[in-house]
Formats: sequence, structure tokens, C-alpha cells
Amino acid sequence: MSVVVRTIARLLLPWVLAFGGYVIMHGHLTPGGGFQGGAVVASAVALVVIAFGAEGLKGQKNLFSFLEDLGAIAFVALAFLGIGSTFFRNVLAGGGGLFGTPVPFGPNPGWLNTGGTLPLMNWAVGLKVLAGLGSVVLLLALFGGKEDG
Amino acid sequence: MGNFAFLAAMLLVGIGLWALVSRRNLIKLAIGLSIIQSGVNLFLVSLGYVRGGVAPIYTYAPPGVPMVLPTPQALTLTAIVIGLATTALMLAFIVVIYRHRGTLDAGKIRELKG
Amino acid sequence: MRWLRLGALLLVVGFLLGTAVWLRPFGSPTAFEMDDYFLKNAQVEAGANNVVTSVVFDYRGFDTLGEATVLLCAVVGVAFILRRVKP
Repeated sequence: MSVVVRTIARLLLPWVLAFGGYVIMHGHLTPGGGFQGGAVVASAVALVVIAFGAEGLKGQKNLFSFLEDLGAIAFVALAFLGIGSTFFRNVLAGGGGLFGTPVPFGPNPGWLNTGGTLPLMNWAVGLKVLAGLGSVVLLLALFGGKEDG
Repeated sequence: MGNFAFLAAMLLVGIGLWALVSRRNLIKLAIGLSIIQSGVNLFLVSLGYVRGGVAPIYTYAPPGVPMVLPTPQALTLTAIVIGLATTALMLAFIVVIYRHRGTLDAGKIRELKG
Repeated sequence: MRWLRLGALLLVVGFLLGTAVWLRPFGSPTAFEMDDYFLKNAQVEAGANNVVTSVVFDYRGFDTLGEATVLLCAVVGVAFILRRVKP
């Protein structure tokens, strides 16, 4: 792409990544969550592919594969935490400790240390979605041409 | 005109159906399916709207205001991600069909025609 | 043939628009007991302000598990279809 596109992409990339991280991290407090934040970060991957070409990201396929596996395993492991009573039981909520501050009913300013397993699951699903959609974009850009095959 | 959201959703479904029956290009068929899916998602979300309601999020929520139903929104979130996955799979199949046949015309790909 | 197709399409779209007009009025859902339960208890039980997130990951976690599986299958399918074939 032209130098204008490359410069704007270089300027915009940290902000897109930071916004995606914010959407994932505050998924239990504000609109958003793992899926949406992962899609935002995957759009950053698409931006890099459009501006700089897909060849530079060719070595990152193993990273995407690792992140996808990590997200899936973390998600199922967090679900298995509650196997004493039910699969997917929220064992950390309301018990103090990590993400365990009890929340009273009603509107509040939002505390980050709440939600039990929900923020951790947000991170797991966010990693999974960003790796999945990013690798789909990367594969379509790398091998979607006419000449391969 | 109280049901304008339902009308908009059904119009989106109609536009997608028109694309499906009148176009031959495989990419345009994929775009039509995506438009139908957007219409269905809009219909599901608008079914859960409560008059005067705000989003079901308690962070700085105005007190005393009703909230819209959260379950259709959660299920629509699932539907959106699954639609994205099927769209990616569709585009990959279209790439492979173009690579093997050299055409995107659905009328010329006749192996599976009954 | 082409006019027949367009006529059938117009019939279906007219049916859809008529259904949209004759549905329940926009903004007054029929069944909301379950959603009232979620809105009242999700903050205390799941500890999250965002009720949609607590429905997705806590109350209906199996739905999300299946959805993540579908996403994984789609990515694996794309990677399998678009692999570089050795001649």
C-alpha cells in the first residue's frame, strides 16, 4: 500500500490494540466482552495485513495457534472449576479474593475486582476469538490468491 | 408505524432474498446470506426491547428506568459469532471453487445440479 | 421463469412485511419472567454489572461452549481448505 496508508496504520495500531484490550478487560462492567474485544484486535490484524502485506505476519501463525489453544483450554478449565456443584458454576463470585468482591443490587460506578470467573472467561474467549479471526484473515490473505495450489 | 424495527429487519431479509434469487455471482450470494443474517439478528434484538428501556448494564445506570431483556442480546451475540465463522468458511470455499473452476458463476458450476 | 421468481420473491417479502406490521407492538415483549430474574439476581449471584455477560458466561455457559467449538471448527476448516497443496 501507499505511504499514507502505512503511516496511518502505524499511528493507529497501538490505539486499536489498546481499545481491544480495554473492551476485553472491562467486559463485565461496560458494553463489550470477550467476543467484541477479540473482534477489535482481529481488525488490527486485518489492518496490518492490508497496510503491510501478509508476508510479514507469516511467522505469527504458530503464535495464533498457541493463543487459540490457550484460550480454549483456559475456558474449559474455568468451567471445570465449578464441577463440585455444576459445570460453569461461578465459584469465585462473592467470596472475596480474586475478582470476588460482593456486589450489592442496584446501579454503581463499577469495580474491576468483581465478577468471579467472568473476567477470566472474558480473557479466555477474547484470546480465542482474536486468534481465530486473526488466523482466518491471515490465511485468506496468504493462500487466498489465484496462483497458489 | 409502531413496528418500524420489525419492518426494517424484514426489509433486510427481503433484500437478502432478492440477492439470493436474482444474482449468480458466488460472492454476491455470500453477501446476500450475510444481509439475511443481519436482518434476523436485528429482529431478535428488537424483540427484546422494552419501551423506554436502557441497556442491561448497571454501571452508572439511571435509577428507576426499565432495562431491555438481556437474554435475546446474549443469544444474538452467539449468533453473530457463529455467522462470522460460517461467512469465513463460505469465503474459503468460494476461493477454492474459483481456483479449481476459474469462474464465480453459480450457473456454470453444475456438478451438483439435480 | 425470471418473472415467476421475482413474483414469488415479492409474495414472500410482502408476507414478511405484513407479519412485521401485525406482530405485537414494538417495545412490549410477552414473556419476561426469566429476564426479570436475571436483571434482579445477576448482580448478586454472578457479581458482574453487565447482565449480558453474566448470561453469556454464567447462566448459559453451555451455549458459549458450543459456540466456541463452532468457531474452532470453522477456523480449522478454513485452515484445512486453504492449505498449500504440494503438486
